[in-house]
Amino acid sequence: MAVETHFLPAQARVRTSAMILGAVAVAALLAAPFVVYPVFMMSVLCFALFACAFNLLIGYVGLLSFGHATFFGGAAYFTAHAVKVWGWEPLAGILLGVAGAAVLGLVVGFLAIRRQGIYFAMITLALGQMFAFICLQVPFTHGEDGIQGVPRGHLLGIVDLNDPFAMYYVTLAIFLFGYFTIYRIVHSPFGNILQAIRENERRAISLGYRVDRYKLGAFVMSAALAGLAGGTKAIVFQFATLTDVQWQMSGEVILMTLLGGIGTLIGPAVGAGLVIALQNYLAAYDFPVTVLIGIIFVICVLVFRRGIAGEVLELMKRKSG
Amino acid sequence: MNTIFGISPPALYGQILIGLINGSFYALLSLGLAVIFGLLRVINFAHGAQYMLGAFAAYLLLTYTGIGYWPALILAPLLIGAVAVVIERTMLSRLYRLDPLYGLLLTFGLALIFEGMFRYWFGAAGKPYTPPSQLAGGVNLGFMFMPIYRGWVVIASLVICLGTWLLIEKTRLGAYLRAATENATLVQAFGVNVPRLLTLTYGLGAALAALAGVLAAPIYQVSPLMGSNLIIIVFAVVVVGGMGSILGAIVTGYVLGVLEGLTKVFYPEASSIVIFVIMAIVLLVRPAGLFGREE
Repeated sequence: MAVETHFLPAQARVRTSAMILGAVAVAALLAAPFVVYPVFMMSVLCFALFACAFNLLIGYVGLLSFGHATFFGGAAYFTAHAVKVWGWEPLAGILLGVAGAAVLGLVVGFLAIRRQGIYFAMITLALGQMFAFICLQVPFTHGEDGIQGVPRGHLLGIVDLNDPFAMYYVTLAIFLFGYFTIYRIVHSPFGNILQAIRENERRAISLGYRVDRYKLGAFVMSAALAGLAGGTKAIVFQFATLTDVQWQMSGEVILMTLLGGIGTLIGPAVGAGLVIALQNYLAAYDFPVTVLIGIIFVICVLVFRRGIAGEVLELMKRKSG
Repeated sequence: MNTIFGISPPALYGQILIGLINGSFYALLSLGLAVIFGLLRVINFAHGAQYMLGAFAAYLLLTYTGIGYWPALILAPLLIGAVAVVIERTMLSRLYRLDPLYGLLLTFGLALIFEGMFRYWFGAAGKPYTPPSQLAGGVNLGFMFMPIYRGWVVIASLVICLGTWLLIEKTRLGAYLRAATENATLVQAFGVNVPRLLTLTYGLGAALAALAGVLAAPIYQVSPLMGSNLIIIVFAVVVVGGMGSILGAIVTGYVLGVLEGLTKVFYPEASSIVIFVIMAIVLLVRPAGLFGREE
């Protein structure tokens, strides 16, 4: 960081404008349920957190996980089961989902970090498919039906979450907590080492860092945060089904991140908002959503690799010289 | 009746045959993936979609033009190979200088487009495709009854695998291909048109997938999603075998298919995940894969 001293004025300017933008965004999110349908906004927030968690891995360690649905959908199942069958308080249920996703992340990560690059993607995809098969067979997930009718309950026994506004603000709080956690991870010494590994793994090793431990740590954190998003989604939508653990979901979160901007903090959230809005909009038409998602994928990869936030940042950089 | 480990022999042989057939498709598809990856350094996610397109090409040729199984065995791979050549020239070739993950993401997007369109046009339900009359019926082998078509698939896939292996190991074209895999710049300096070689390789890989699709059409039903579930298993097969060797990809495909069949006999609940479990074990014991080398 020390080498960048002479860029400080520009950096400070970017930081202030980022702070202002952040404040505006939070204010907009606070006002959103009065303008937009709350359930839609909650869906956006859950997927935005999921995409940000996924981006922690691809954007800051350079690992493409093609099996992140495992942690999102797995946590949704755990939370739904705890709340519905065991009658847990919703926040405790979500925390169980987070813990479950972290354990899954430890197992998958331990296996997957043994290979790099393209193999890493294939291994996570295969393990994700395996988890989907297991979810289809074990009794507690109820196979094709999924866990339906999960009660939203009362947060800490006080706040009635059946009220859409209360549910919205709780979801927003969870999203902001997750987002801030990711911000802290990325800007910590730990995060700097992760980025060093992304830039040049061999050099990081030769500097004495035990790269595998850092990768595994990042993988577990990413999985746990994806679990936070999945558990929250189970409470918001009151169900957990196979859709959330299948490879299509892993593909969707990649698209959200790619479209928004890999390796930017805000990008994945923007991408998630766009993709969810698009899916909602297309639901009224006959046109198949999968095809459109595929087309966006192709366009992003061919001509738009920086993503929306990446392009905006590039523009700002060019303007400030 | 005699039993082997408490299982009646016909049931055991039957599952081994099914395993061999699944293994044939694992071998054919992982072979194509390995050929493409070897030269292009791209994992072709669209491989499953190209397999599906091959099956659909056979089905559509039969339904709308009356062209039967035998011509389709040639026409479908040519058709899908041509589509793949266009894809390589217009899109994939722009990504060679970038991180190989972009190739994976591009072909993933293409797979979604193909599957989505075919699902939109034909629905998710499978369509039956009757095998040609020459291959209908079955024979009694004494210890079990075998449908002729299934025997044909096992033999045909063995021949195709062997043929591809010979093409790559024993011909001049194969020698260029292997040389370009080792050092593309040098091969180009010797006057070989490497970009054309890349295009050809991608076309060949896709044609192999389409050929597998035509072979599969009479066994599994022709459906838009037949490829995507298969391709993930094939990825696991590729991780187990390692992509360093063509022969390794073929052997791993057959062996894992048979192991999966055996699991169906002895512990059916685990049959859908056994290949992934084997992959996990291989990763623990020999991370580079059985036939792979550390890069």
